[in-house]
Amino acid sequence: MYKYDPIDQQIVNERVAQYRDQTRRYIAGELSDEEYRPLRLQNGLYIQRHAPMLRIAIPYGLLASKQLRKLADITKKYDRGYGHFSTRQNLQLNWPKLEDTPDILAELATVEMHAIQTSGNCIRNITTDQFAGIAPDEIIDPRAIAEIMRQWSTFHPEFALLPRKFKIAVSGTTQDRAIVQAHDIGLEFYKDSNDQMAIKVWVGGGLGRTPILGTVIREHLEWQHILSYCEAVIRVYNVHGRRDNAYKARIKILVKALGIEEFKRQVEEEWAHLKDGPLTITNAELDRVAQYFEPMPYETLPAHDPSFDAAIACNPAFATWVKRSVQPHRVPGYRAVTLSLKPHGKAPGDVTSEQMHVVADLADAYSFGELRSSHEQNLILADVKLSDLFAVWEKARAAGLATPNIGLLTDIICCPGGDFCSLANAKSIPIAEAIQNQFDDLDYLHEIGDIELNISGCMNACGHHHVGHIGVLGVDKDGSEWYQVTIGGKQGNDASIGSVIGPSFSAEEMPGVVQKLIEVYIRERHEDERFIDTVRRLGIAPFKAHVYADQKKGATA
Amino acid sequence: MSNLIRLNAEGVAEIVQDEWIRVIPTALGEESVRKQAGKVVLFKLTGETTFTPEQIADTQIPATGKVLVPLTVWQARKAELQARFDAGDVGIVLATHETAEALQAEFSDMNSLPLVAVFVERFADGRIFTLGNWLRTRFGYKNELRAIGDVLRDQLFFHKRSGFNSFLIRADRSAQEAVASLNDFSQPYQGAVDDVPVWRRVNRS
Repeated sequence: MYKYDPIDQQIVNERVAQYRDQTRRYIAGELSDEEYRPLRLQNGLYIQRHAPMLRIAIPYGLLASKQLRKLADITKKYDRGYGHFSTRQNLQLNWPKLEDTPDILAELATVEMHAIQTSGNCIRNITTDQFAGIAPDEIIDPRAIAEIMRQWSTFHPEFALLPRKFKIAVSGTTQDRAIVQAHDIGLEFYKDSNDQMAIKVWVGGGLGRTPILGTVIREHLEWQHILSYCEAVIRVYNVHGRRDNAYKARIKILVKALGIEEFKRQVEEEWAHLKDGPLTITNAELDRVAQYFEPMPYETLPAHDPSFDAAIACNPAFATWVKRSVQPHRVPGYRAVTLSLKPHGKAPGDVTSEQMHVVADLADAYSFGELRSSHEQNLILADVKLSDLFAVWEKARAAGLATPNIGLLTDIICCPGGDFCSLANAKSIPIAEAIQNQFDDLDYLHEIGDIELNISGCMNACGHHHVGHIGVLGVDKDGSEWYQVTIGGKQGNDASIGSVIGPSFSAEEMPGVVQKLIEVYIRERHEDERFIDTVRRLGIAPFKAHVYADQKKGATA
Repeated sequence: MSNLIRLNAEGVAEIVQDEWIRVIPTALGEESVRKQAGKVVLFKLTGETTFTPEQIADTQIPATGKVLVPLTVWQARKAELQARFDAGDVGIVLATHETAEALQAEFSDMNSLPLVAVFVERFADGRIFTLGNWLRTRFGYKNELRAIGDVLRDQLFFHKRSGFNSFLIRADRSAQEAVASLNDFSQPYQGAVDDVPVWRRVNRS
């Protein structure tokens, strides 16, 4: 993974000093709340319901074991001994003290980490596929460009105060796992007809209050021009995006207002001035950064391992875990392992300080000392030998990290919700826990098969509910918490936004509602048909009819 | 005590006396809504204050001295300002929703202006950065470019990198203290008005 040189280190060190002084001035009353707000936000600090929340950046989800140990120690020293992995692959602390945050950042800087631009109206952490570099369906490893873009976007002077937040995702696989269509800019890397790395650029996607999938603004962009092209897009947005209404300020609204053709015309006009200028990425710079993402020093291994095959044959629990939690790898004899942060009845994405140490140790022992976080809020050991899988499973299981539910109904994507977040309309974690408890039967879960259930506590959609096969959105009605249910959303190449099935439900009703949706699916599904496929084939009507069958008298709000 | 910071020819910040008198139209009546920047933007952008013809007509322009006037005032009253412009005593203020093109329509040689200022009503309005960039890189403006209005030290580094070389710090804040923030970072990553990307600037390999 990328290693800081003295320039990178100096920038994070100077950032700590800058932020320390800003926070000092705020505490001393020299900065107003309004003036301090964008400064703290661009350092990931929210003022929350109980305490500030600090969001630590994990660029494109890549972590070293040393960094995870530091995070573990920070959660012990400054928080309550746990952290929360977010849907932007970052780590959130729920209970830090404002006056401690400069010290936390100073500690992070010692392991080449920071909280820069994890919030605020600026370019956010760039996200990607958690299997980047190892996925069998990968055409281009996008991480070197992602790192170049991380550096370019860090304290970008022109884009420091955009109309609203700006999210970029990169993906270089045939099967998109980074939801590029749900980002302000989505970059899909491919090899063009000349076998050169090229990029398909999507613009104007986003979830939130107005979910819109992005539109292709450019089918073919040579990689050298990615910075100048993004500058042209963001410049048009910076000047013309709405600043009067935060709910209408994302680039997607501008793209819709202008129409993609006019928006594209303005971008191309701007780009004509920038193209081939100093922002053009040189081969030397790409090579310099790409050397940090070279393949690991893999052993030459056979495609099969007898001890692994034997363990599968005689240990059904291990076999079940392998089926859900072990993903293919491009190198023979290796696999990727997803460690579940979704044990039933716990807040999805939460991880304790002790568990972080266990994962760091596992990474050191079995996966070249590195790991990844996923937007599904799990952790990944990307390079595990087949012969080591059993040992990894035993240790992960002992630490509560081996629930075999990856990709199943209880692998819920969930924002922190009303328990922590001051933006939330409703709690989300208790809903996730109640659903997990309702479906706490592994055999049944496996019979239901692949399904994605996403929960957001408000329309800001941190839980990506719009693209969940089942999406749950917390809404506020006259001061009480209700939940709106959508079905038919999907991430990936054939992404779609879910449809609302009808009036919303109380928290107590939610596990039963999910149960009914599943009943319709089980009843109607064709062989080998996933939940999402059944919904797409039948539409929402049969699901709606069953869910609301008992409520014909209009009992719900 | 002046609150004006200016970078000298060597790029060193100095606190200097402000020799310009800012011409501010009389108090506004109702805020009017305008299409942003006069471009083909088909939705409204509320909250942009524009001056009415009456306000512009009523605006008091001091009889002597160097005057810094809003573009709209210049547009309506350039006849009476022309001689002072010829003497180098007129500077122009752009609001963040106005365009560099509109300025160029008035001054085909922008460098005939000794001073262009961009007025930022709220510090969080990042359009000022693009405007600065455009004036410098697209329109070749070389003279003093000043940030005025809600100008605070925590944005100065960005102003500087976007082409501004003078900064009128908001009156209730200390320009002396603000100077330090111009040097918050010694080797920024990206290219901007003031420099090329770091990988073209230094050898990182």
